[in-house]
Amino acid sequence: MTQMSYMEAIRDGMRVEMKRDSGVYIAGEDVAQFGGCFGVTAGLYDEFGPDRVMNTPISEAVIVGHAVGAAALGLRPIAEIMFVDFMGCCMDELHNQAAKMKYMFGGKAKVPMVVRTPCGAGLGAAAQHSQCLESWFTHIAGVKTVMPGTAADAKGLMIAAIRDDNPVMYIEHKQLLGLTGDVPDGEYVVPLGKADIKREGSDVTIVAWSWMLQKSLAAAEKLAAEGINVEVLDPRTLVPLDKDAILKSVSKTGKLVIVHEEIKTSGFGGEISAIVAEEGFDYLDAPIKRVAAPDTPIPFSPILEQTFIPSEEKIIEAVKALF
Amino acid sequence: MAEKKEQLLEMYKTMVRIRTFEKEAIDLFAAGKFPGFVHSYLGEEAIATGVCANLKDSDYICSTHRGHGHLIAKGGKLDLMMAELYGKSTGYCKGKGGSMHIADVDLGILGANGIVGAGMPIATGAAFACKYRKTDNVAIAFFGDGASDRATFHESLNLASIWKLPVVFVCENNGWAISNSQENHQNITDVSDRATAYGIPGVSIDGNDVMAISEAAEEAIKRARKGDGPTLIECKTWRHRGHFEGDPGAYKDPKDQEEWLSDAKDALVRVEKKLIELKYANKADLDKVKADAQTEVDAAVKFAEQSPDPDPSEVLTDVYTV
Ligand SMILES: Cc1ncc(C[n+]2csc(CCOP(=O)(O)OP(=O)(O)O)c2C)c(N)n1
Repeated sequence: MTQMSYMEAIRDGMRVEMKRDSGVYIAGEDVAQFGGCFGVTAGLYDEFGPDRVMNTPISEAVIVGHAVGAAALGLRPIAEIMFVDFMGCCMDELHNQAAKMKYMFGGKAKVPMVVRTPCGAGLGAAAQHSQCLESWFTHIAGVKTVMPGTAADAKGLMIAAIRDDNPVMYIEHKQLLGLTGDVPDGEYVVPLGKADIKREGSDVTIVAWSWMLQKSLAAAEKLAAEGINVEVLDPRTLVPLDKDAILKSVSKTGKLVIVHEEIKTSGFGGEISAIVAEEGFDYLDAPIKRVAAPDTPIPFSPILEQTFIPSEEKIIEAVKALF
Repeated sequence: MAEKKEQLLEMYKTMVRIRTFEKEAIDLFAAGKFPGFVHSYLGEEAIATGVCANLKDSDYICSTHRGHGHLIAKGGKLDLMMAELYGKSTGYCKGKGGSMHIADVDLGILGANGIVGAGMPIATGAAFACKYRKTDNVAIAFFGDGASDRATFHESLNLASIWKLPVVFVCENNGWAISNSQENHQNITDVSDRATAYGIPGVSIDGNDVMAISEAAEEAIKRARKGDGPTLIECKTWRHRGHFEGDPGAYKDPKDQEEWLSDAKDALVRVEKKLIELKYANKADLDKVKADAQTEVDAAVKFAEQSPDPDPSEVLTDVYTV
């Protein structure tokens, strides 16, 4: 176990796999000597050299598109897209190419690639550099979507994502890069599709991931002081989704609040609500609640941005409304 | 000759206003007055100035993440810009956009842009509308060397060339795309070579020579207004600062940095020398221009600081046109 930041943990996950498997390489804008816009790949160029950590031009379509081709030939690319907002510039490569090759080719191809990209608001980076967008990717059959909310998960999910034989969107959160935690050494794998109860409780289940996991844990502390015992479940990966874990938790608490930073309409909270309504209706003794951002682009002004981002207060309010 | 004097003095004023605004913005950002990203235009002032000197109010520009200079050169008001940097309700975008999204559609400024290379298709579309409506207005797309690697660049030049659209593509080649040098991100030294692939004129010019830029832009804009189609102009320059404020620019060779910031190369110092040499102005005249710009910028800061924050309910407005 080593104490490290979420950012170091992502890097450690990549490093472990790059050492173990010579087919793993990193390509993206400014990822080499510069270490990436947020410093996540810092040092990897020095460690692994210019053949395995490569700067690309500003050409998102070919960053993701080349990864599809390379992965189809058996390499394991980690393609970095500097902000998840820029995925719009390479969606065809993900949703029509990477995601569908295996199926369209009758199972005769595999595309073991990772697209690593940061998401999230709170930096005053405005409408085109602050989004989350995970439900874009969960809506593409053939792609897996991973959203770590702690340092240990950041490492374990990275290793699992690289080892997975499918295209994986690995979406890290900008606000979490400095978050520290104990991270297991060596080949630590967190399997995709396995949720984690981050806080046990009996009165209400909160399902939250990424930055909102941390906000929900903080809200749960405050609610505990008021006598409400919250269980916080982190799905860690949205596709595949550990719905059994969610249903089990709701069967225990009878109440469900889903928290996400994406806007509410067509956010992944809608999917989780639907699953619980379909398969766990009898467990519920209150309506399902969603806490999410309003259906707007992300504003620049700090006061507006803070209004936009789901807050601890809003989570607390939503939970209390169920009692 | 009187006209030339007027023009050069006007361009000098614009360059000084850009430089003064940018220096102030850097200091204010460093002092924590506003969050977000600030991409400084210091060193590249001649390009926006030389190009926009040839535009009418009814012409259009599409800017970039490094947009302050383009906006000022197209007539953007410093107080409304500064208020936007501060995220205030009086800013150009009511505080919703910040540095990377300042726009003034009434002035033909179709926005700074946070997505690299996104302005070129939009400028192409603006040029299409200008032609469709049978006006002689034109659109300018500003973009960097890095952006010329995006598909949007190639698709825009191609479409504009076959439809003979009144658009001028102005590449600000400052040698860098964040930390990636031009030689590492493209296999050519002149971005203008790419014009050949689309059968349109392409020129490479000194991006720190405002007169040369103005002349090249004049020709391209004339051509566009006449209906002869697009031109690619590459202006070779250097950004004085890091990619954004907070980036120390450690990847630059200090010798290059020193050379480009020297009086011999600095775009603003070069105009000053020219003005004095041609006896269009004396030192006192130049000092007055600088003092006026500082006064204007100071007033803009005061306006921004005294302006109210947006009301939180503003989060929900202006999502759709109703
Ligand atoms: C589509 C897209 N990819 C990447 C980025 C991140 N980014 C912002 S500016 C920049 C470099 C741009 O270089 P260039 O076009 O040469 O303009 P300069 O910054 O040098 O003015 C990058 C990679 C972005 N904003 N949009």
